[in-house]
Amino acid sequence: MAIGRVSEFKKGLQGGISIAIGYMPIALTFGLIAKTTGLTLGETLMMSLLVFAGAAQYISLSLLAQGIGMVEIVLTTFIVNIRHFLMSASLNEKAEDDTPGKRMLYSFGITDETFSVAATQPGTVSTGYMFGLTLISYSSWVVFSGVGFLIGAGLPKTLQESMSIALYAMFIGLLVPSMKKSIKVVYLAALAASFNTVFTLAGLMSTGWAIVSATLLSAIIVEAVEAMKPGKKVDDRE
Amino acid sequence: MNKEIVLMIIGMGLVTYIPRMLPFIMFRGKELPPFIQGILKNVPYATLGALIFPAVLYIQEDIWYGIVGAAAAFAAAFLGANVIVVVIGSIAVLSVYSFFF
Repeated sequence: MAIGRVSEFKKGLQGGISIAIGYMPIALTFGLIAKTTGLTLGETLMMSLLVFAGAAQYISLSLLAQGIGMVEIVLTTFIVNIRHFLMSASLNEKAEDDTPGKRMLYSFGITDETFSVAATQPGTVSTGYMFGLTLISYSSWVVFSGVGFLIGAGLPKTLQESMSIALYAMFIGLLVPSMKKSIKVVYLAALAASFNTVFTLAGLMSTGWAIVSATLLSAIIVEAVEAMKPGKKVDDRE
Repeated sequence: MNKEIVLMIIGMGLVTYIPRMLPFIMFRGKELPPFIQGILKNVPYATLGALIFPAVLYIQEDIWYGIVGAAAAFAAAFLGANVIVVVIGSIAVLSVYSFFF
């Protein structure tokens, strides 16, 4: 029994190697941008340790740099990360039944990537596998956040300035491949950008609330339009 | 460490963890309505759109700085470059840009 658990854990570690490698550059960039945003090494590590969500962490830096309030940053984090709810709901069906304590512990490690790997495993996913998978991914994320912060130190001022684009380049790099695959993504991003521009420039609300409102409004409108189209129920996105 | 930042990080950690954890406790073979699922699937893309624009225009005083950087990132991403290549590429383009302007 003990041997079985160890090998399941090992299988999880192996399954997570590609994620750990994939997280490395993103975490390095996060650490580096966290430094340029003005966070300390401790704050940077703490964020990666407690949040463990790439997009939300990047977004929080962007909002901090814009001087957005803390409550709005936490709310934006919530809205950006609520998609994990669905992933966990789906994985809950597939995961080996175990004590609520163990499930509550490994659920901390559910990300887009760990979910994708776990959900495509054949059959049931064991608790040991989930711990291995999430542990190696989490370790990579935390360690390389710290390394990115440290090697980002002491850069020339011109380079620091050029690096103010890094966050936005990252968002564009995440968005464009999905835009190429689905016109719906193009509508979503364009609509939200338009709403956000109107809300911000018209001075209707602060930047943080404008982003939250623009996001929800666009997500609902696009989904409603899609739902009204006859015979277009199947979602073609990955 | 700044107390306000630490509180914010703890808040971010809580609101991220709770949606990850709750379904494992409360769901037993239940599903959300498809319309709600659809909205939640849309959220990341809409968020990215709202985050990029118009903020990217204001990263430096010179509005063209953001436009050039975003265009470079878009071109690199469109050609299929990895995210880290997109990031480093647009930083490189802006380094050249600020050398000339």
